[in-house]
Amino acid sequence: MSTMDKYVSKTVQAIPPSGIRKFFDLVSQMEGVISLGVGEPDFVTPWHIREACFYSLENGYTMYTSNQGLIELREEIALYMKRHIGVSYSPGREILVTVGVSEAVDLALRAIIEPGDEVLVPEPSYVSYSPGASLAFGVPVAVETFAEDEYRIRPDMLEKSITPKSKVLILAYPNNPTGGIMRKEDLESLVEIIIKNDLIVISDEIYSELTYNGQHVSIAAMPGMKDRTIVFNGFSKAFAMTGWRIGYACGHPDLIGAMTKIHQYTIMCAPIMAQKAALEALRHGESEMRKMVENYNYRRKIMVSGFREIGLECFEPQGAFYAFPSIVNTGLTSEEFSEKLIMEEKVAVVPGNAFGVMGNGHVRCCYAASVADIEQALDRIGSFLARHRKG
Amino acid sequence: MELEKKILKILEHDAKISPKTMAIMLDEDEAHVREVLANLEKEKYILGYNAVVNWDRFGENGVEAMIEVKVTPVREVGFNGVAERISRFPEVRSVYLMSGTYDLSIVVTADTMKEIALFVSHKLSTLDEVQSTVTHFILKRYKQDNFIFESPQEDKRLVISP
Repeated sequence: MSTMDKYVSKTVQAIPPSGIRKFFDLVSQMEGVISLGVGEPDFVTPWHIREACFYSLENGYTMYTSNQGLIELREEIALYMKRHIGVSYSPGREILVTVGVSEAVDLALRAIIEPGDEVLVPEPSYVSYSPGASLAFGVPVAVETFAEDEYRIRPDMLEKSITPKSKVLILAYPNNPTGGIMRKEDLESLVEIIIKNDLIVISDEIYSELTYNGQHVSIAAMPGMKDRTIVFNGFSKAFAMTGWRIGYACGHPDLIGAMTKIHQYTIMCAPIMAQKAALEALRHGESEMRKMVENYNYRRKIMVSGFREIGLECFEPQGAFYAFPSIVNTGLTSEEFSEKLIMEEKVAVVPGNAFGVMGNGHVRCCYAASVADIEQALDRIGSFLARHRKG
Repeated sequence: MELEKKILKILEHDAKISPKTMAIMLDEDEAHVREVLANLEKEKYILGYNAVVNWDRFGENGVEAMIEVKVTPVREVGFNGVAERISRFPEVRSVYLMSGTYDLSIVVTADTMKEIALFVSHKLSTLDEVQSTVTHFILKRYKQDNFIFESPQEDKRLVISP
């Protein structure tokens, strides 16, 4: 077969392949694997939400919605945001319903970035931000975060990464893969720097309901920050609705309007059945969601305490559903560790460097798994460590 | 009381969770959890632990029936006297007092339908307080105590995702 590589755009060619693909291929051919490598809830979408979707289909809701999304959904989102982060958004002009937060982040980057603008991306972080910035012809610039700071962004590290070309700061807390969060005072320490350098903040708060000790705080709620922050949230994690692909962005009408312009030409609208389900989730899903969060919290403690018991150093995650233990005392790289762990013990984890170079020396373990599986995985990792620990 | 409630909620959902794990989940001392648990058992807040078994898969053909029972309440003790008498039969698994058109709902298990028929005619109907019975045999079990029988919830997620 002749190669067609020369037809692929340089921008796309320059994007590195996904760091987890190799592990996916490895694991999917094996039997008896306990996977801590997933990035989604182990709950199925609550039945009443699925049922609301059936009902909407039965009643013939199979058409386009307005570009911005169903107005009743946007109204419900406005009420939710007011409750959840204490910020008021107008359903008419300040909220856009998207195909997952993934689409929303892409829209925002494309709407804001001029070629060559720099996008500050905390590392380690979710895999999409840097490629998203590159695809918008921006330049991703890492803001390093460290386990000893509980993976919060330190003001000095942020300042160090800022140049005259910096335009956007991505905040993604609670954080995938680390489980780190930014508390009120941590956010406050960044506000002055953000305003001084005239940055726009893209705040991906998809894991915000999964905050375990205390209340989630959004930077949009800080004085002077609402207009320069676009907040992203969705239904995937809190309501166990990953496959529905439904999320939203809230922000200044000019920015949401610009995003809507791209959205209307490229996507048109989010699927109406997912919007109907999302509406049910916001109206009646709170109590079941709280139960799921309590359940994650239990398993978070089991995993962290288990890691400490078997001698794997682990910062206590405060949000999301991941633990990010350090594996440096094995002398293995993240990829070697993950590969050997699958081959020898049949436990799948994601190597930390899939989330940027700052993830080296760590692996991401998801605790959205049954208690029995977590305990079994801990046993297996324990015997793996006994064989591989250095010195 | 809060800790007791939390422990009961966890066990109601999964009785195999060990005291050690529960202690971690609840940020408590393991010895303390064991102590509270022992007390809950002693005070009969927890009456026992049993497994939800899908006997069909084992090829067993035992039968189970739900029986509606109309009874005459007795002065002083109301329905309790007869309900307690019925509860003592080993073939009776559960006894409930119901609102509506009958009084007691009882669940009976046996190896054959005939055994249940004999139980109704010889033991249950002959009690003085029992006015009438209606027996419903259970044909198939779809869900019991939160467990779905035919299609157990399997993990359909991709094994690795970002």
